[in-house]
Amino acid sequence: MDFLYYAYAAFYQFADAFSFLVLSGIGLAVIFGMMGVINLAHGEFIMCGAYVTVLSARAGLPLPFAMVCGTLSSGLVGLVLERLIIRRLYQRLFDSIVATWAISIIATQGMLIVAGPSLEGIKTPFGSFELGGISFSVYRAMLPAVALLLLGALYWLFVRTRFGIHSRAAMQDADMAKALGVSTNAIYSKTFGLGAALAGLTGALYAPTMTAVPTMGSAFIVQSFVTVVVSGADVMLGLAPSAAALGLIQALLTGFHGQLIGQIGLLVTVILVVRIMPTGISGFFLRGSGSK
Amino acid sequence: MRVSNWGKARAASLMLAMFGIAMAMPAAQAADPIKLGLLEDASGNFAIAVIPKIHAVELAVGEINAKGGILGRQIKIVAYDTQSDNTRFQEFARRVIQQDKADVVFGAFSSASREAIRPIMDRYHQLYFYNNQYEGGVCDSNTFVTGAVPEQQFSTLIPWMMEKYGKRVYTIAADYNFGQISAEWVRNIVKEKGGTMVGEEFIPLSVSQFSQTIQNIQKAKPDFVVTLLVGANQASYYEQQASANLNIPMASSVNVGQAYEHRRFKAPALKDMYVTANYVEEVNSPESNDFKKRFHAKFPNEPYINQEAANSYDAVYLYKAAVEKAGTTDQKKVAAALRSGSICTNGPSGKVCIDPKSQHLSHTIYLVHVKADHSVDIPKVWNDIKPYWLGSVGCDLSKKSDHSQYTPSHLPKK
Repeated sequence: MDFLYYAYAAFYQFADAFSFLVLSGIGLAVIFGMMGVINLAHGEFIMCGAYVTVLSARAGLPLPFAMVCGTLSSGLVGLVLERLIIRRLYQRLFDSIVATWAISIIATQGMLIVAGPSLEGIKTPFGSFELGGISFSVYRAMLPAVALLLLGALYWLFVRTRFGIHSRAAMQDADMAKALGVSTNAIYSKTFGLGAALAGLTGALYAPTMTAVPTMGSAFIVQSFVTVVVSGADVMLGLAPSAAALGLIQALLTGFHGQLIGQIGLLVTVILVVRIMPTGISGFFLRGSGSK
Repeated sequence: MRVSNWGKARAASLMLAMFGIAMAMPAAQAADPIKLGLLEDASGNFAIAVIPKIHAVELAVGEINAKGGILGRQIKIVAYDTQSDNTRFQEFARRVIQQDKADVVFGAFSSASREAIRPIMDRYHQLYFYNNQYEGGVCDSNTFVTGAVPEQQFSTLIPWMMEKYGKRVYTIAADYNFGQISAEWVRNIVKEKGGTMVGEEFIPLSVSQFSQTIQNIQKAKPDFVVTLLVGANQASYYEQQASANLNIPMASSVNVGQAYEHRRFKAPALKDMYVTANYVEEVNSPESNDFKKRFHAKFPNEPYINQEAANSYDAVYLYKAAVEKAGTTDQKKVAAALRSGSICTNGPSGKVCIDPKSQHLSHTIYLVHVKADHSVDIPKVWNDIKPYWLGSVGCDLSKKSDHSQYTPSHLPKK
């Protein structure tokens, strides 16, 4: 039995790292991976989701509804920003980096001025359970399942629905999509809004377990870019295996050599992947299957 | 040609007038404000703990100016937001010295940022106050420290914790000079008192996820955990350890007293956290209550008046006392007055004095205990703890100038 407990403890660490990587990266996967906008304000969409969740939960809304509010508000902010700023910067990679970076700074400092340096947090729900003398948080143990569910839903959305097909068509060849009657502007708006909403959902999901401060987005930004870059050319296909591989590396290194080595390992991995497999994990899969 | 008497008189009065202007010049200069350079993090990772410091300086300066200033001169604050960024610190340190010509510089929260600007202060012989608790050991002729140091915070806290909870200790510390050197202090005291370190972990400032650390602690089964975590990211530890039901008492020199975690997190995330601080808002004494009243009158929305706010407030009054003793703002003379051994102030935590050897401050140390509902009690108070360590290992700035930072494993050469 002891062996099983230890195995679960080790699996829990892997799953915890996996869900953090997936959820960090999922909104960016849509905005950067699909649309090609390097969104340096990704962390601030996460912060927005977390703030709205905390504020509405403290205003008395049940936590699940508060999370929905956080997700929707972040998506709404995304829609507005796309209309006002991002739309002018498609195909202008470097300009979009500078613009989104500016948005990130304005959002962080704006939140500091408006809401102060910190919000009183909300409690992590569901309590804890114990296995073999080690106790775990139920809520955090559930997050990997939520991450998998989201990945499945996103895959379904982009592969099986009309919106998904239009969206991928618009990203791949905007002129041809337009010629075939797809309103590309509307598609861009919706896709960007979706990415922002997913980032907001990440913030909502982690809000109970982290401190709500204006700079909290920066805690996600490295992991998000690492995961998306390693996923490679086809983000929808690559996100899960990329997060799984990185989560395994991080959990093992952190477990045996501490947090610092775990963080270094993550960054070394991304350097190696970019060097050896420039098209990322998904490129590796696609080559294996003979397509592309 | 003959110059009329009237003409002579005019020339004389003109000369007199010019002389008068020349005479008046020094007087005009004396009425110029004293410039207090303030380099603090109003934004970024450390803003939570630093904003009350800035307000405390504004409060003290406002009070002094309302009563006529120092030696009849008003104090003017020249403030820069250093954004929790060490390169900004260096940039603004140069600007405040060279361009603004500050008479005194206050600033820095993290030890990394202090060490980033201390060499610049030394290069320009700039009088500098570091108003923050830290890992101790700075023996620098230009630097005066009003925050608490390990012999004030750990030599009190760790033996008390070992007696109450047991001798198995686990340390988690932020991975930079503050955490590393503080952990060394904890390690030494634990060993000296016959305890064992069952674990020690150093955590990068960017880390916000602690599942592995929490599991490691559970496997090591310590009697208490020393948490030397710093910054907004690492503060997520408390909620995460509570939700995993870790339920082990904690001891710290940095929590509660700086970033008021007990007010920001839902109870019972910080249950049984013990902190040694030289001030917290909950201190219920006449001086403290009076300080809080004045602070809230000026800053009604301040969420918490922390330990470093008290230290910054005291620093302004210590500077005032030294300038008045020296009779000038000449930085060398003010520094000499500060290390004369007679500079004290009656601050929010009572009377505190500058130790001439180390240029650090004596403190009243409160043992702050966070209860399950996050209310606070103070089970023990140590009165007038001197910053004795540097003096005992051979740092004596009143006799010999120095610009080093020492640690238990890096002592001054005898």
